[in-house]
Amino acid sequence: MAVLEIKGARKDFGKTRALDGLGLSLGEGELLGLLGPNGAGKTTLIRAIAGRVRLDAGTISLYGHVLQPEKPRPDLGVVPQENALYPLLSARENLETFGKMNGLDGKRLRERVAWALEWSGLAERATSLVRAFSGGMKRRLNLACGVLHEPKLVLLDEPTVGVDPQSRESIYDMLGALRARGTSLLLTTHYLEEAEARCERIVVVDHGRAVAAGTLVELVEQAKLSGRRVRLALDRAVTKAPAGFALGEDPGTLIATITDVGRELPGLLARVQAEGLAVRDLEVRTASLQAVFLALTGKELRE
Amino acid sequence: MIALIVRNAWTQLRRDRAAQILAFVVPIAFFSIFAVIFGGGGNRMNGTSRVAVAVVDEDRTEKSRALVAALEADSGLHVLTVASPRQGAPDTTLTRESAERMVKRGDLPAALVLPPGTGAAIGSFGGGGVKALILNDPSDPVAARMVGGLLQRAALRAAAAGGGVTGMAGRDADEMLPLRFEQRAVLGEKRESPMVAFYAAGIAVMFIMFSAASAGGALIEETESGTLERVLTSGLGMTGLLLGKWVYLMTLACAQVTIMFVWGMLVFKLPLLQHLPGFIVMTVCTAAAAAAFGLVLATLSRTRQQLSGLANLLVLSLNALGGSMFPRFLMSDTLQRMSLIGFNAWALDGYIKVFWREAPLSALAPQVGAILGFTVVFLLLARRLARRWEAA
Repeated sequence: MAVLEIKGARKDFGKTRALDGLGLSLGEGELLGLLGPNGAGKTTLIRAIAGRVRLDAGTISLYGHVLQPEKPRPDLGVVPQENALYPLLSARENLETFGKMNGLDGKRLRERVAWALEWSGLAERATSLVRAFSGGMKRRLNLACGVLHEPKLVLLDEPTVGVDPQSRESIYDMLGALRARGTSLLLTTHYLEEAEARCERIVVVDHGRAVAAGTLVELVEQAKLSGRRVRLALDRAVTKAPAGFALGEDPGTLIATITDVGRELPGLLARVQAEGLAVRDLEVRTASLQAVFLALTGKELRE
Repeated sequence: MIALIVRNAWTQLRRDRAAQILAFVVPIAFFSIFAVIFGGGGNRMNGTSRVAVAVVDEDRTEKSRALVAALEADSGLHVLTVASPRQGAPDTTLTRESAERMVKRGDLPAALVLPPGTGAAIGSFGGGGVKALILNDPSDPVAARMVGGLLQRAALRAAAAGGGVTGMAGRDADEMLPLRFEQRAVLGEKRESPMVAFYAAGIAVMFIMFSAASAGGALIEETESGTLERVLTSGLGMTGLLLGKWVYLMTLACAQVTIMFVWGMLVFKLPLLQHLPGFIVMTVCTAAAAAAFGLVLATLSRTRQQLSGLANLLVLSLNALGGSMFPRFLMSDTLQRMSLIGFNAWALDGYIKVFWREAPLSALAPQVGAILGFTVVFLLLARRLARRWEAA
C-alpha cells in the first residue's frame, strides 16, 4: 500500500490556481523529490498534506485513510522552509517544546530529545540558545524538531535552501539515517543536482500539475531524450568542429549526441584523431535533469 | 541625492496605509479625545459640570429650608436630600449617618450637614456659633471646595430673602462668611499618602494594557518565523495556542501589578497588606481582561507596526477616558458614563473601592462581573480573528 496517495488535488487562491489536479504516490521508505520552479505549487501541496490548506477538489490519503483538513496527523512530520524555532530557547528546549506539542512526554520525550540531539550533531550545544547557532545548525535542529515524534512520513520544504555544501551533506546524511529506519520522505527542491543525486523518484511540478514522474532514466525516456551526451576535452583549442561534433562552451571541448554508445563512439574518436587532435578526457552521460525539465515544461529551471 | 531620498520616503509612505494612519489619523484622534476630556465641557475643573452633594437639614427651620432651596436652585450643584436605597422603595430623608455612608461608598463626593441652629447663623458673618459641616471624599479635592463656596452664595441668597445680614461690624475677615463651615474627610484620614493608591492603580492598569499588547505581538513573530505554522500542524491547534498565550499574558500582568504595588508599599507606604484579598481579586480579573485585550490587538494586526499603532491609539485613549491620567470623578457625567465602555475604567473603580473606600469583597461584584464579561468577549473575538491563520 502506498504511504501517501494524492489524487486530483486542486486549489485556487482567488484567481490563481495553485494546484490543478495534481496526483502522486509515495511508497514506504522512499525519498520522493518534488521538483519545480518557484510558484509551481510545491509549498501549497506540502501545506495541503499537512492540513494547512483545504483542497477545493481531490483527496489526500495516508496509509489508505483520507485526511481531513486541520485534524491532527500523528504519522506526519513537517519540516518547514523557514527555521521555525524559538531563538531564545535552547536546542533542548526547542525539541522538548515541539515534542510535547506532538504528543511526547516523560521518559519517551527524554529519549527522543537525546536521540535528536545526537542525530543532528548538536548534543554538545544542547543548552545553547538557538539565536547563537549558525545557519546550518539551525537547519539541522529545524529538521530534528519535525521528526522527533517518529512520523512515518516526513514532508520537507526546501530543507537545504541557503545552507553551505558541508551542511547540505550532513542534512542528507541525516535523511539517509531516517530512511534506513523505514521513514518515507517527500521533499520539495528547486536544486536540480540535488534532486538528481538524492531522490529515488522525481515528480516534476509545473503550474500546479505533475508534468512527469519517475526515476531520472524514466524521465529521460518520457521527455524523449534517450540520446547520450558525449563531451571530449582536447589537447588544444579548435575553431572548427569535426563532422558530427559541435564546439563546447570551453575552448578545446567538443560536444556530440549519440544514441548507441558502442557503435557510434569509436567512429567519433577516429574522426577527431584524423584531424590531428589528441583526446585528453572523455565523458558520456545521460541527458541531464535540466534538459528533461526543459523538454517537459518548455522552460529553464532557475535556481 | 537628498531630493531622491526625500522622494523615496514620501513614495513609500504613500503606499503604506498603516503608516499614514499612524502619522495623520492617530494624532487627530488623540487630540480630539484629550480635548473632550480636558477641554470645554468635559470636566468639572472648569465649573460647567454640576457637583452632586447630599444635604442633611438637621435644623428644619424656615431659614434652613430656604438655604436648602437656594442650594437646589444653584446651577453648580445637584442636591440630594432623600435617598432611594432600592429601586421602587419609598424615598427616605437623608440623615448625617446615611449621607456619610454615601460619601464613603463613593456615591457622592461630598455631603453637607446643616446642624440645629444653622438657620439662625445664616447671614451672621461669623456671629452665630453654629457651623455647617461638609463631609468629603478627599480623592475629589474639587467637590468639597465647590460645595463650600456655593454654600456661601446660597447663604447670602437665603439671608437676603429672609431680611438681610447682621453682625458684620468688628469681625475678623476670615470669620466673615455668610455661614461658617468646617470640613471633615470621611476617608483616608489616617493615610500619609492617600492618593498613592489611586495613582498606583491608574498607572498599573495602563501599563499592563501596553505590556499585554506588546507581548501579544509574539503571535505575529511566530507567524513570521514559521513557528506558528509548525505549532498548528501539531496536535495543539489554534484554540490551545491562544489559551496558552492568554494564560502567559495574564500571569505576566499579575506579576507586573504585584511588583508595582509592592514597590508602592515599600517606598510610598501603600497599604497593600491590609487590602490583600481585594488586591488579589482585582489584579487577577484585570490581568485576565488585559491579556485577552492584548490578544485581540495581536490577532487584529498583521504586522508589528500595525500592532504598535493600534495599541498606542487604543491604550492611551481608553486610559485617558478610563481615568488613569485624570480622575474619572472629575469628568462630566456623560464622560463618566462613556468611560465604562473600557474595562480599565471598571478596573480602576475596583482598585479604588479596595484601597480607598475599604469596601468589602462583595462590593466588588459589579466591577468583577463587568471585567470578566469583557474578558470573555475579548477571548471570543480573538479566537474569531485568529481564523485567518487556520487552514486556507
